[in-house]
Amino acid sequence: MSLRSEPMDLHATGAVARRQLASRASRYVFFGATLIGVVVLLFLAVDTVRVGSDPLSIDFLTNYPSRFAERAGLRSGILGTLWVMVATIVLAIPIAIGTAIYITEFAPRNRLLTLIELNLANLAGVPSIIYGILGLAVFVRLLSLGPSIIAGALTLAIMILPMTVIASVEAIRQVPPSMRDGSLALGATRWQTVWHHVLPGAMPGIMTGTILAISRAAGETAALIMVGAAGFIAFDPQSVTDDFTVVPIQIYNWTTVPNEDFRALAASGIIVMMVFILGLNLAAALIRERFRRY
Amino acid sequence: MTSISPHADELAAQLRKRPLKRPLESIIIGGLTLCGLTSFAVTALIVFTLFGETVAFFRDVSFTDFVFGTEWQALIPPKFKYGIWQLVAGTLNIVLWSIVFALPLGLAAAIYLSEYAHPRTRKILKPILEALAGVPTVVYAFFALTFITQDVLRPLLGTDRVPFFNALGASLVMAVMILPTIASVSEDAMANVPRDLREAAYGLGATRLEVAVKVVVPAALSGIIASVLLAIARVIGETMIVAVAAGSTPNLTLNPLATVQTMTGYMLQVGLGDAARGTTQYSSLFAVGTTLFLFTFLLNVGAQVIVRKFKEAYE
Repeated sequence: MSLRSEPMDLHATGAVARRQLASRASRYVFFGATLIGVVVLLFLAVDTVRVGSDPLSIDFLTNYPSRFAERAGLRSGILGTLWVMVATIVLAIPIAIGTAIYITEFAPRNRLLTLIELNLANLAGVPSIIYGILGLAVFVRLLSLGPSIIAGALTLAIMILPMTVIASVEAIRQVPPSMRDGSLALGATRWQTVWHHVLPGAMPGIMTGTILAISRAAGETAALIMVGAAGFIAFDPQSVTDDFTVVPIQIYNWTTVPNEDFRALAASGIIVMMVFILGLNLAAALIRERFRRY
Repeated sequence: MTSISPHADELAAQLRKRPLKRPLESIIIGGLTLCGLTSFAVTALIVFTLFGETVAFFRDVSFTDFVFGTEWQALIPPKFKYGIWQLVAGTLNIVLWSIVFALPLGLAAAIYLSEYAHPRTRKILKPILEALAGVPTVVYAFFALTFITQDVLRPLLGTDRVPFFNALGASLVMAVMILPTIASVSEDAMANVPRDLREAAYGLGATRLEVAVKVVVPAALSGIIASVLLAIARVIGETMIVAVAAGSTPNLTLNPLATVQTMTGYMLQVGLGDAARGTTQYSSLFAVGTTLFLFTFLLNVGAQVIVRKFKEAYE
């Protein structure tokens, strides 16, 4: 045996080479598949901006809806969306955070708690149109609220409650137990501990989850159509008992008109709504990154 | 027994007298408990509303006609027919074709994120992918009707073969919508597969592709199934995409190029029409709603059970 042998050829041949090649190629195939959805959506977004930028103007934002495409605007939709959003937040968020605090801090660890959490998980999976017919039967008809802002807000509040609770529970559980122990050891009561230490620590996470839930409510169409918000509204709402419409329903109305001009209006409406919703999502992401403590 | 100092006894007595809770506190905790129980109230409200009106529906329509009937004609007089299967078929049509497109792509994305991507790449890609689920469905509906059907499918396959409203356009867009559900839940399951399994396979000379497809995917199979169940539940419950793009003609077919009406599509059609309370049309809304609710409920519970079992297996 000689001391200096030929350097061994480490390159695989035959079947092994084919397997290695397949493996190397697979990286690009899987990467491509990952991007396809995003690329398709990006392409559609660019096309929407192209089609929708034409009717976009101050008049478009301040005009009421109209049979004539050149005079139609989003005014009542935007105002309706803002009214319903504020009412939904007022109705849903305190109860959602209260539920989350109860689940994480006060509920006895028993079957009831498991049941509450299972129930919330299932409610989060209930389709929005079911919440819509619930709103129609209970708020619009049974409580005789009519197709009003308050009926819509109650419906959306019930709809976003489960996901807001689930997100808040997750945020509160991120607060380390040592925070609670320290506070309790210094003589604080359980509520003082929650109020002064747990909630402030969990607030960025709660805010993030809440904003995401609100952005879902802002884009909700089916549930509000069921509640009766698809009417022709050419006035500014003055109170929560007024009839209303929202931006996504306006987009839906314009989409269903078989006419190029209205298709462009729908695209403009989508631009306005997406700027609002992307803004909300961006705010959620910033809060998460900037204020996260745990 | 003597104490350390006379003050200690006094202090201890004071501490004993001080209430553990301040009076306001029990009110607060009572309020929180009420909050905790509201979710049951919501469930009860859903169940009572759905079943109450469904019972009213079955006073007008026989149960067998509804469950076994294959013709749905609820809005056009004079002859009303309430056989749920045409609507269920419409829903299944959309489920079938959206899963056909979304499953391979979602699974590939999950494999890429879990097995190939650098942690930094994953940290960027995953939120972007998940943002697809946050796009309002009315936007997807607009895309399905105007771009996918009018600009792509009809010019590509021929206007004589592709009707203006068709299941394929809705399914393709639906596939994009559920992509993050499949990718994200499957990726979580793959990330939970123990390292040992992968390293054993590498030790035996497997390539990265073989490890991913022959080791990780089978090991994460239950999580992948759960992700598909969740995705199906979302498709079944989705309203705007199908109402806008798939049409409003009940049709007992799985042909992707047919005009179909889903359960949700029918419900929205009635909702737009302002059906008077007490009519069969109005109560049919709740009979279809109950059917829809049962489907999604079973799928969601199924997915939860599978995910829970899977977690136990590796802990």
